[in-house]
This record gives sequence, C-alpha cells and structure tokens, in this order.
Amino acid sequence: MTTSLTREQGLELLRHMLRIRRFEERAAELYQRGKIHGFLHLYIGEEAVAAGSIPSFTNEDAIVATYREHGHALVRGTSMNQLMAELYGKATGCARGRGGSMHFFDASRRFYGGLAIVAGGLPVAVGLALADKMQGRKRVTGCYFGDGAVAEGEFHESLNLAALWKLPVLFLCENNLYAMGTALARHQSQPDIAAKARAYAMGADTVDGMDVLAVETATGRAVELVRNGNRPYFLEYRTYRFRAHSMYDAELYRTKDEVDDWKRRDPIATFEQHLRQTRLLRDQELQQIEAAIASEIEDAVAFAEAAPWEPVEDLNKDVCTGVRRKT
Amino acid sequence: MTKITYREAVRAGLREALRRDPRVFLMGEDVGKYGGTYACSKGFLDEFGPERIRDTPLSESTFVGAGIGAALGGMRPIVEVMTVNFSLLALDQVLNNAATLRHMSGGQFNVPLIVRMATGAGRQVAAQHSHSLEGWYAHIPGITVLTPATVTDARGMLLSALQEPDPVFIFEHAYLYSMEGELEESQPAVDISRAAVRRSGKDVSLITFGGSLWKALAAATQLAQEGIEAEVLDLRVLRPLDIGTILTSARKTHRAVVIDEAWRAGSFAAEVSAQIMEGAFYDLDAPVARVCSEEVPIPYPKHLEEAALPQPDKIVKAARTLLG
Repeated sequence: MTTSLTREQGLELLRHMLRIRRFEERAAELYQRGKIHGFLHLYIGEEAVAAGSIPSFTNEDAIVATYREHGHALVRGTSMNQLMAELYGKATGCARGRGGSMHFFDASRRFYGGLAIVAGGLPVAVGLALADKMQGRKRVTGCYFGDGAVAEGEFHESLNLAALWKLPVLFLCENNLYAMGTALARHQSQPDIAAKARAYAMGADTVDGMDVLAVETATGRAVELVRNGNRPYFLEYRTYRFRAHSMYDAELYRTKDEVDDWKRRDPIATFEQHLRQTRLLRDQELQQIEAAIASEIEDAVAFAEAAPWEPVEDLNKDVCTGVRRKT
Repeated sequence: MTKITYREAVRAGLREALRRDPRVFLMGEDVGKYGGTYACSKGFLDEFGPERIRDTPLSESTFVGAGIGAALGGMRPIVEVMTVNFSLLALDQVLNNAATLRHMSGGQFNVPLIVRMATGAGRQVAAQHSHSLEGWYAHIPGITVLTPATVTDARGMLLSALQEPDPVFIFEHAYLYSMEGELEESQPAVDISRAAVRRSGKDVSLITFGGSLWKALAAATQLAQEGIEAEVLDLRVLRPLDIGTILTSARKTHRAVVIDEAWRAGSFAAEVSAQIMEGAFYDLDAPVARVCSEEVPIPYPKHLEEAALPQPDKIVKAARTLLG
C-alpha cells in the first residue's frame, strides 16, 4: 500500500466500503424478515473494487454493472433511500421498484444497470462507447462483470469488437473465483483472464482486488488510458465473495478454510489497519463514520417502509410508447 | 407510380434515412464492402463512409447489443442481421435488454433501435436457412414488429420506424427482394399501426402478412373464378396487432382463414385465430381456419419444400371448406 494518501482520501475510501457493507448487512437482515424478496446477491468481501474504481469515472462517463451492483450504485452516488426502496420494490426506488436488487438504474448518473444475464452488459457497453466515439465525446464507459462472464461468447465478441473499432470502454472483471459455484479452474482452459484480453490486442492488468488503494491506482490510470488513447483497456480484479452466491447457498463448492483465508484479507479490516498505522485514522473518526452510516441506513429503511407501492393501474406504463400510443 | 423491386425499395428507404439524420448508421454482416447480402446497401460505403456503414464480425449477439448501447447513447442505429436464422444468436439481447430496459428501469431508458432481417422459406436453402420466426418476436412486449409485403411498405416502414422511441424489428421476406411493384411516390413514410385490406370481398377473409400476402392474393384470384369473393388482409404490423381491422373484416365476411408461413403449433396464426374467437365469435359462420407450414424442418428438394409451405391451392381449399 502506498503512503502518499491524504487523510481525506483515506477516510473517503473507508467510508465507501463501510457504507456498502453496512447497507448489505442490513439488507440481509431485512431479507430474513421478509421485507426483501427474490434474489439478493451480496457484494460483501468485494467492496474494495467498487469503492476504489467507481470514483475514477466522471459524471459524464457511463457505468454498466451486473446483478451484484449494490456497491457500484452506492459509490456512484444514487441515494441510499432510493436503493433501499428499490430493494423493497417500492415506487420511490431507483427503478420505480420494478427491478429490485438485480436491476438498479439511474439515468441521472449514467448508471445503465443492473443487467442480470451474465455477460449481457458487455455488448451494451460497447455500443455506448461507439455512440460516444461517433459523436466525438471524450467519455469512457466502464463495464463491470464477473469471472463467470469470460466463458460466454459475448465476452469474446465484445472484446474483439471494442478493440477492432478502438472504442473507449474499460472492461472491469471482478474475479471472485467462482461462477456461482464453479471454480474458474474448473471452467477455463486458460484461467489467466487478463491473458484473454491481451489475445484481442488489448492492454490488460491484473490487480489485487482486496486492496482498495491498488484498485484506485490501477483504475485511475486505466480510465485515463482509455479516455486519452481512445481504445479499450482491461482490468482483472482478484477478489472474493464472503457470503453465499445469493441469499441461500450450501457452499458445497468451497471449504471453510478457504473462506477464512480470504477473510483474513478483508479489504475493510486491512485498510482500516493501514490507516491506523499511518496515523490517518483515530477511533473517534471511525466511530463518527460508523454513526453517520448507521443513521443513513435507518433513514433509508424508514423511507422504504413509508414509500408507496406503484399502483397496479401503472403496470403497463412504459412498456413502449410510439405506435402503441397511437392505436 | 414507379415500378421498382422490393430490394430497391428497401435500399431507397435506407438511403433516405441515412441522408436525413446524421445519427442514423448501418451496422451488420457484409453491409459495407459486400453491399449487403441482398444488395440493400450497395454503394453505401462509398456514399456514406465507413463510420456510418459498418461491417461487423459474425457476432450477432454483440452487434445487436452494441446497437442497443448506441441507441441508449443517442444514435439511431439500423442493425442488419443477415437473416432471422442467425438472429437466434442475438435473442438474449433482444429480449432481455432491448425489449425490457424501458419498463425495468422505471421508464428511465428507451432504446430507439431498428433491427432488419430477412425471413422465410421458398428458395431451396434447406432446414437451417428457412425459418419464419417473426411470430416469436411478436410474442415479446416492448418491441414493434413490422412485416412489409409491398414495395411501398419496404421503403416507408423503415422511415416511420425511425420516428419510434422504442425498438422496431422489420422482417423482410427473402422471396420478395426480386419482386417488382408500384411505388407510391407521395408517401415516403407510411402508417405503422394499421393492417391493410389489399383486396375487398364479402365471402371469406384471408388474413396474412409478409411473403404469404402474394399467395393469399393468388388464392383470392382463383376463388373469384369460382364465384367466391375473398377479402385479403395484410396485417403489416404483428405487434401491436391491429385487431380492429381484423374483426371488422371477420364480421363482414363471417369466415376467416389465417395464413402464416411459420409452423402451425404456437404460430402467430394461432394468436390471430384466438383473438377472432374472442372478439367476433358470434359473427362467425364457421370455425377460423389456419394454413401454416407443416411441422417439419424445411427440406431442400423443391417438391418437398413446396409441400411443407402454405401455397395458394391450400388456401383455396381451406376457404372452400369454410364455405361448405
């Protein structure tokens, strides 16, 4: 870890990670209490990736994420109220409650989902970048996906097309080692994911995804490479999911020892320790951060509880407009 | 009125779209250097340049998905998927992204994308290149499905589709590209919400779309020689379906035959038939009949292919049966 970090920067990164973790811990509890339904894929363990990478993008840039996107939306700046309401399925949610956990959207922040078909977001990101290039805008599209996506045809097609057409996309692979329950080495003949990107004539780095500073440095550099070089780039973050794939999962595919080993590298605990060692964090500050987050979460839960449901009469609203409207 | 081929009509529509709006661009397999598999974009690469006429790799899912992204990013992409057969590789993008994003995002994102493709059988290209799957697409809420059967629609529907804020899928029957027809010059853009009565009659309604329109019209001519006046309806738009025009015709003739080149079970003809039963049951003098493809992969030899597909004589026979 580097030492040129300022107190403000350090506390901000810690705050981002803690917000994600506490938000999700509360979401898991609300799921058990029957307030949240369907699928709920927790990001706990992987917080350093979203916290360290999302701030590298400007407001004009675009983000395309997956069904494990709570952290990305929180760091991008969508309000916790809207996100919690979305988990509840309420009308004041960031997608009017229609998407739930897997489908966060926020047009005002160019956050294009929350797309829950593995690798399905890559072609969309390529197209967003194509639109920017054709309109002469110096924007970057950041496209997040997991290690499972590298087995899909769309991964290979999209890397090829982005490199062929020199499109400003940053591909961000969050490699948590498991495609749901299938280990990378059990589904890939070449488990070095960055090597696959290089095969498409694209620059690629592998980053320690448990180290928020390493993520921040690598992503900041990659975003500028894409923006100024007008070509795609690829980052693979090596990270780990501490919780089940979704809410229930017998975890037959990995050992407790393995999970414990990774938990010793908890991105929040290790970064907290680093901040203390470099005298950037005191107990009082940590307490203040935790208290502010706890209060934000309480407000978000109250907001979601009090929020209205979308009226059933609006069920057919926004399916499509145009022709339908005229008939 | 000008005589023009369907292929030239499609090309005229595309060319006009590209000239009118700088946000419009064409993307797909062999649309550039090759000039389009069906020559619908011949000469465009020279006229509009490689930025707007984009040859893609054989990556249907990704270039359709890229069309979605480009549409979200403010462009007006026209994506050509060479044929409906290859569009199966892009179905995930169509269904899970293009058709779904507006509703699922609570109305925040819309996808003004046009996807064109050739469809249909009848050219002896065997079981993997002869599908008629526009009915599958018409099953999906969130998209508009058009089936131009005339040269006027081949040109005009594209221009109207470009005005839509949501995805529009245009199915051009491969058999029609060489067909000549009279282009109605006065109407560059056409209505894309209504079915059209292509021939008026009082005894039976022949309801169809796309390539089968011409078979239905041939059947109507034959029926006229026997003194049966068939009304021929061209659906034009499969989704949203103009059920009003269908019911008006069924109530007038009291008999309906639905002709659809897709396989019979689960066909679009089944949907039309069900909606006629729901809306005009007591006006019918006979059950709705269907003429569809046989339930087989479409074979290569001419005599077997012809036997597998709807043909004018099968339509005539179905109409006669209804009239007792």
